[in-house]
Amino acid sequence: MNLTLKVWRQKDARTEGRLVTYQAPNVMPDMSFLEMLDVLNEDLIAKGEEPIAFDSDCREGICGTCSMIINGLAHGGMRGTTVCQLHMRHFRDGETIVIEPWRARAFPVLKDLITDRSAFDRIIQAGGFVSVNTGGAPDANALPIGRIEADTAMDAAACIGCGACVAACKNASAMLFVAAKVSHLAALPQGQIEREQRVLGMVKAMDEAGFGNCTVTGSCEAVCPKEISLDFIARLNREYGKAILKNTFPPAGKGGD
Amino acid sequence: MMSLFRNLFCSSLGKKYLMAGSGAVMFLFVIGHLAGNLQIFLGPEAINRYGHFLQANVELLWPVRIVLLAIIALHIWAAAKLTLENRAARPQAYAQWQPTAATYASRTMMMSGIIVAVFIVYHLLHYTVMVKAVNLTGKDFDARPEFFDAQGRHDIYKMMVTGFQQWPVSIFYLVGVGLLCFHLSHGISAMFQSLGWKKRAYGECLDCGAKWAAALIFLGYSSIPVAILSRWIQ
Repeated sequence: MNLTLKVWRQKDARTEGRLVTYQAPNVMPDMSFLEMLDVLNEDLIAKGEEPIAFDSDCREGICGTCSMIINGLAHGGMRGTTVCQLHMRHFRDGETIVIEPWRARAFPVLKDLITDRSAFDRIIQAGGFVSVNTGGAPDANALPIGRIEADTAMDAAACIGCGACVAACKNASAMLFVAAKVSHLAALPQGQIEREQRVLGMVKAMDEAGFGNCTVTGSCEAVCPKEISLDFIARLNREYGKAILKNTFPPAGKGGD
Repeated sequence: MMSLFRNLFCSSLGKKYLMAGSGAVMFLFVIGHLAGNLQIFLGPEAINRYGHFLQANVELLWPVRIVLLAIIALHIWAAAKLTLENRAARPQAYAQWQPTAATYASRTMMMSGIIVAVFIVYHLLHYTVMVKAVNLTGKDFDARPEFFDAQGRHDIYKMMVTGFQQWPVSIFYLVGVGLLCFHLSHGISAMFQSLGWKKRAYGECLDCGAKWAAALIFLGYSSIPVAILSRWIQ
């Protein structure tokens, strides 16, 4: 396959970027998208040019590191697929492919296709954890968890934090990510202690990072490589509503502000 | 209590609650208003009696009007604030962009909302404030005895028939209620989602029901100018 690539090149966070056109000849249909870029980078290095910087790690669709917009679609638009698992056979010979980084105020471009996604880390720090007593690991059967709760928590925990939801949302909203993280721990008994503080803290961190608001368009769900459902956003809205009410009208015998 | 207000008015989710809650009240008003208006098909006696019932209870009429106006103001304020934040959240646009899965209605809520707001202002000037200049008939809808019936009640029936016989007015009305229902086709189910009242078990029903509700409301409202323009009601 012969492809024309238009790739976003940006020297660093402070420099203006632009789309640069490259030719990618002899692309094999069985290459992954990232392997195609690896081959192009080898050509660029041989020519003495700066290779295209992009994020990748596991290359098996589970780490959430790779991140790019391909022809206007996050991760290339294949259902339940990250860029590293996207193969060149889904493109046509002679096609022009436009490759851009995630675009959001909260995800500033660091270089070429690499963005700073530490805003997600700050959201996790604000509540994406559980407090447990240290000591020996408890027996697995000491804390029974219902099948429905376990499945719900697992569906939410599938989120790999890649940021495609933000990239595909017309408002650059991080609601699906926050919804998955909040729902995951709220569904489990271990997550009950910090339940209210978690949702309040994570939503606050989300707002402070400068993400947009959810307008329920469903784009996030459609591009999510782990197919996290929009239902979790409804769950987040429910959790937050309950938390602000509990905060204002604490149950008898408990302190509030 | 302060923290509740801070969370409602300052957080992203809180503003969405306000948006959904104010939208829900207006949605109920839209249904009630339709039920009232459809009485035109029962003849002058029914709708004039209903109009007189509303206008005669000033102690109820004005509180309802004030609450509704406050709710519209809240809906507009939240929409403006959320939209500005959304714009700021993506300072640099994509060179190439394809909206994924998002319906046209969901992507154009602001635009449909603005046009509906303009329509509502016109509609209030037309039939509530009865500004002579905007009804295009050259008649004053509040003139005695022309627009009052035998019992001395405001002749709502005659006002509606005269008003909608002006086809530009009727067309603007159809566009207005059309966009309102387009807005509702996304808004009704999004309202449940924003308030956290949507679950997987009935989520698809809700999406589908919202579109049906919007379509039925459009049929109901549009039947009035269509019936008048086609001389079915005169």
